[in-house]
Amino acid sequence: MKLRQRVLAVMLALGAAAPASAAADARRGEQVYKRCLACHALAYDRVGPRHCGLFGRRAASVFGFGYSAAMRHSKIVWNARTLDQFLTDPKKMVPGTTMTYDGVRDRTERADLIAYLKQAGQSAECRR
Amino acid sequence: MSFFLMPAPVASRRQFLAHSGLVLSGAAVALLAGKDALAATSGHARSGDVVILNTALSAELEAIAAYQLGAESNLLQKPVLELALTFQGHHKQHAEVLASTIKKLGGKPALAKEKYNFPVAQLKSQTDVLKFAAQLEQGAVSAYLGAVPLFGNRELAKAAASILGDEAMHWAVLRQALGESPVVPSAFMS
Repeated sequence: MKLRQRVLAVMLALGAAAPASAAADARRGEQVYKRCLACHALAYDRVGPRHCGLFGRRAASVFGFGYSAAMRHSKIVWNARTLDQFLTDPKKMVPGTTMTYDGVRDRTERADLIAYLKQAGQSAECRR
Repeated sequence: MSFFLMPAPVASRRQFLAHSGLVLSGAAVALLAGKDALAATSGHARSGDVVILNTALSAELEAIAAYQLGAESNLLQKPVLELALTFQGHHKQHAEVLASTIKKLGGKPALAKEKYNFPVAQLKSQTDVLKFAAQLEQGAVSAYLGAVPLFGNRELAKAAASILGDEAMHWAVLRQALGESPVVPSAFMS
């Protein structure tokens, strides 16, 4: 019994330590992205700003979009690391953001979502 | 109403769509009944709650506009058109309750945009419109699910969960209308 518990503990520890990008899958990420579709689209602004051109973009820099003061002052540049941090708990990283979403707490889902956003940024829809 | 008791899937779908307005109106009534509870407990709401409500209101206003686009597209036939208008009516009720609650909490409700960027060029058939609506409703379920835990006021969380239930029914009915299987894709939502 003790051995089984130890094995389980090691497995959990390994799982927790595994790099999120190791299993990143853009196809699964596309499914996760469906959660974002209440407010976002790739190529046009909705309740939230467009996601085309997201990587390397400074937060609150889509022209004409009405950002919160919190996001305007965040000085974030979006990349895999900052997106991972933001998506984990948006309101923790940017208190006052109008993205009132509890976050994507599962690290694999976040990695998949970020992989999808990266891939989608190169899609025909985003290159138009 | 059970699909298992109906003779033909097409007939059952039609019958289900025709009667779904009656079923869904129950959720809207329940939400409106919760309005007084929201007002009574408004003192416990945090300023962050107003921000959450306003984001939800913006999404509801967009949904109203999206259903309007669908209704005016001439692509929807009865009973799907009636269904779209019923769902639009629910979103209008959500928006009214959200806006009045924001006001009660001392906030300024978001207004509908003059123009929304919908993928009009991609909507060429009834199926396209239904898929578009289903996508928005699925997103709405996730959005409310992601918002419910953030409320400081539990009555607001409860009201948001009530809307979530309505959006989930919209999504399931739209999937049914599209002939997607399984109609309810999983036991849990995320």
